Amino acid sequence: MSVSPERVPALDLRGIDKRFGPVHANRAVSFAVRAGTIHGLIGENGAGKSTLMNIVYGLQSPDAGTLLVQGREVHFRHPREAIAAGIGMVHQHFMLVENFTALENLLLADGAAAGSAAGRAAAREKWDRLALDHGLDVPLDAVVGELPVGVQQRLEILKALGRKAEILVLDEPTAVLTPAEATQLFQLLGRLRAQGKTVILVTHKLREIMAVTDRVTVMRQGAVVAELDTAATSLRELAEKMVGRSVLLQVEKGPGFPREVLLEVEQLAASDDRGVPRVKGISFQVRAGEIVGIAGVAGNGQSELLETLAGIRTPTGGAIRLAGRDVAGDDPAQRRRLGLAHVPEDRLKLGVVAAFAAEDNLILGQQERPEFGRGVLLDRRAIAAGCRQAMAEYDVRPGDPRLRLGAFSGGNQQKLVMAREIGAGPQVLLVGQPTRGVDIGAIEFIHRRLVALRDAGKAVLLVSVELDEILGLADRILVMNGGEIMGELPRAEATEEKLGLLMAGVRAEAGHED
Amino acid sequence: MSAPAKLPRWADLVLLPAVSLAAALLLSAGLVAVMGESPVTALRLLFAGAFGTGDAIGYTLYYATNFIFTGLAVAVAYHAGLFNIGAEGQAYIGGLGVGLVCLAGGSWPAWVVLPLAVAAGAGFGAAWAFIPAWLQARRGSHVVITTIMFNFIAAALMTYLLVNVLIKPGQQSPESREFGANAVLPAVHGLLAKLGFEVAASPLNLAFGIALAAGGLVWVLLWRTRWGYRLRVAGANPAAAVYAGINPGRITIGAMLLSGALAGGLGLNELAGSQHRILLDFPGGAGFVGIAVALMGRNHPVGICAAAVLFGALYQGGSQLSFDLPRINRDLVVVIQGLVILFCGAMENVWRGPLAALLARLRVESRESRGESQK
Repeated sequence: MSVSPERVPALDLRGIDKRFGPVHANRAVSFAVRAGTIHGLIGENGAGKSTLMNIVYGLQSPDAGTLLVQGREVHFRHPREAIAAGIGMVHQHFMLVENFTALENLLLADGAAAGSAAGRAAAREKWDRLALDHGLDVPLDAVVGELPVGVQQRLEILKALGRKAEILVLDEPTAVLTPAEATQLFQLLGRLRAQGKTVILVTHKLREIMAVTDRVTVMRQGAVVAELDTAATSLRELAEKMVGRSVLLQVEKGPGFPREVLLEVEQLAASDDRGVPRVKGISFQVRAGEIVGIAGVAGNGQSELLETLAGIRTPTGGAIRLAGRDVAGDDPAQRRRLGLAHVPEDRLKLGVVAAFAAEDNLILGQQERPEFGRGVLLDRRAIAAGCRQAMAEYDVRPGDPRLRLGAFSGGNQQKLVMAREIGAGPQVLLVGQPTRGVDIGAIEFIHRRLVALRDAGKAVLLVSVELDEILGLADRILVMNGGEIMGELPRAEATEEKLGLLMAGVRAEAGHED
Repeated sequence: MSAPAKLPRWADLVLLPAVSLAAALLLSAGLVAVMGESPVTALRLLFAGAFGTGDAIGYTLYYATNFIFTGLAVAVAYHAGLFNIGAEGQAYIGGLGVGLVCLAGGSWPAWVVLPLAVAAGAGFGAAWAFIPAWLQARRGSHVVITTIMFNFIAAALMTYLLVNVLIKPGQQSPESREFGANAVLPAVHGLLAKLGFEVAASPLNLAFGIALAAGGLVWVLLWRTRWGYRLRVAGANPAAAVYAGINPGRITIGAMLLSGALAGGLGLNELAGSQHRILLDFPGGAGFVGIAVALMGRNHPVGICAAAVLFGALYQGGSQLSFDLPRINRDLVVVIQGLVILFCGAMENVWRGPLAALLARLRVESRESRGESQK
């Protein structure tokens, strides 16, 4: 939109096409990234963003089409060649050696000999200067595994810059960051742009696109469906282009009618795996017909709380009552029988077996139920039929019960987990980060299901670090900080500002508490 | 980033092992040529030695029986996320159980002794696996280490028993007395003769059928029962198992008991089926070959049976080879077996990448040629 002189694009993709067997991952993708801009690439999971970026980075080669870097045609066969051409990539999962120091990781990236003290000193000087030039604060002597993720990410960026990257690709960079860390990252990206670097931001979070990019390319089903100037578009327009239909950014939800208490927690305490207390004597209730949201910055004890309620973690004190019965000593199987269901925060770690077929994942935790077999035997036909039905009801694609779970997109995996846990007919549903790594279309669907469950008179406890999600779904909001509940707000009184203060550990003013 | 390349199922199950086997045989052929013998002759002798005559087939399947039992033992533990290196010791002690029943049941009818011998073989093998399993489940002692140690303990225990307790009085070699005729598993050639089929005599016995049945049982247990489901979940994702209300410690113990019981089947084949006495070192390394068999057979009973026959053929054909070609001695045959284990077990992923690339290219080309013909 600006009338800048016609510059050679930093990156020019022309007709990139790529197939994996029957999957057409990229369909004649063409777009150009102007030098010295932040360019957004958005699309739902499975839209072909990652494949495209893998091609740009030389991890995969296209079946057809050409790639121009600074106006020069390139054919990468290996990331080495992409790096040599000035392309740097920060993956979603960092490529760092966790038990090395930051400096050792940088030496490794350099391929330089780290043997001599003189070599190390020279390297330290070089990286120190580079970090200073770009305003990247990285403690070079800290062991990487002990650094916060935000700092690890900065180290990855530093690594790329050290390899003289002019074009920096970031794949879902904020997925692992706290809101504050994300803000810092965006400031850094702005500085890099000011220094003339080109940044490609791959994400499915629309707010980020609106906040930092200059231009945005939208992909759907392997093809580019729109290319827009960020200033000339809106959240709603981007969402519609991405999903291909109009979407509700806010769930429609009537007033709740809470009834009897189904889940009651009293002075509950729990520690993490290293024995550090994480939940420090908290009490609350969840009633039939309401959604109670637990807000808070990640790592303030929400995960341990959820695991303790589900029976995966043993409490160090306090009581958990499920429909009036104390279950603190019961294992997960017993709690399930009493009507508890659990959609875990970390889907791949806890909630599914990625190597198993979808149908086998749909009986996880319910493998003893009579409808899935006779006596000690499993009834494969009933399991497959149940899976097919759940897939139809929850719009899981592809609808193949025999497909390995790991082959589904994040959103479809989550729908399968939701289908399984809600399908068990629970009285109380524990939900952790239900839409983490899930695309917009599926988010809307999952939110509707949670509201429907509430309207059916069940109790829902929702733990999420996404404030929008809490505000959109919860009838009552509890805020956790440092393992304690800082305050409770009915939805009507909750604002982002009030919640933000509580999340930061500032207690509600006296008079509100009783 | 460097996840193993994906192959279609048929290629993973058939093509990849075949390529690995061919590579191992090719290298072996080179070795044979260096020794001054014709590789073609050697390969022909190897094959004829394993499958050429009725008794050759009998011997091949007799060896295969041992490998089916130990391969299944390794596979069951594998599905529970455990690496059981102790099939050798479990088979040794399982054989002790078989032998004790056969020695004790001097005057009992065969239909009492033999089922008891089967049960004792399984029970002793399971008991030997129980201690490492319990240590793993309750104390966190790694089952790889403890099962290796239990192999040594089993060997020492058996030597002591055979030298000092079970030895037949008045003889030098550490062997028990012979079992009675009622305590011998019927040979296959004998059974077939009763049905009117004349086949050459070999040590192949009813244990082969028991091994095949054990394979079927393992399949049903792992893939068709709730217990097998729990076992596979615990093996594939222990955290998800806890989430699903499965007790991983109990699964560890159950899987190792079954694993040890299966290994005990080897004692049945060797002692009740062939040697008819307890003797030293009868497992002869089959417990370790079982690891290769399970790897090559993709930890699936059908694959294990196929791989067991292959290794049985290598054993039987190999000894025939060293007999016929004097320059190829027993040690070279062991080298060839080692190469097969190396290529099929350890180095399989070397071929996986190139093979996946080749198949992908073939598919693209066939699609392109189809596309052109449509125009």
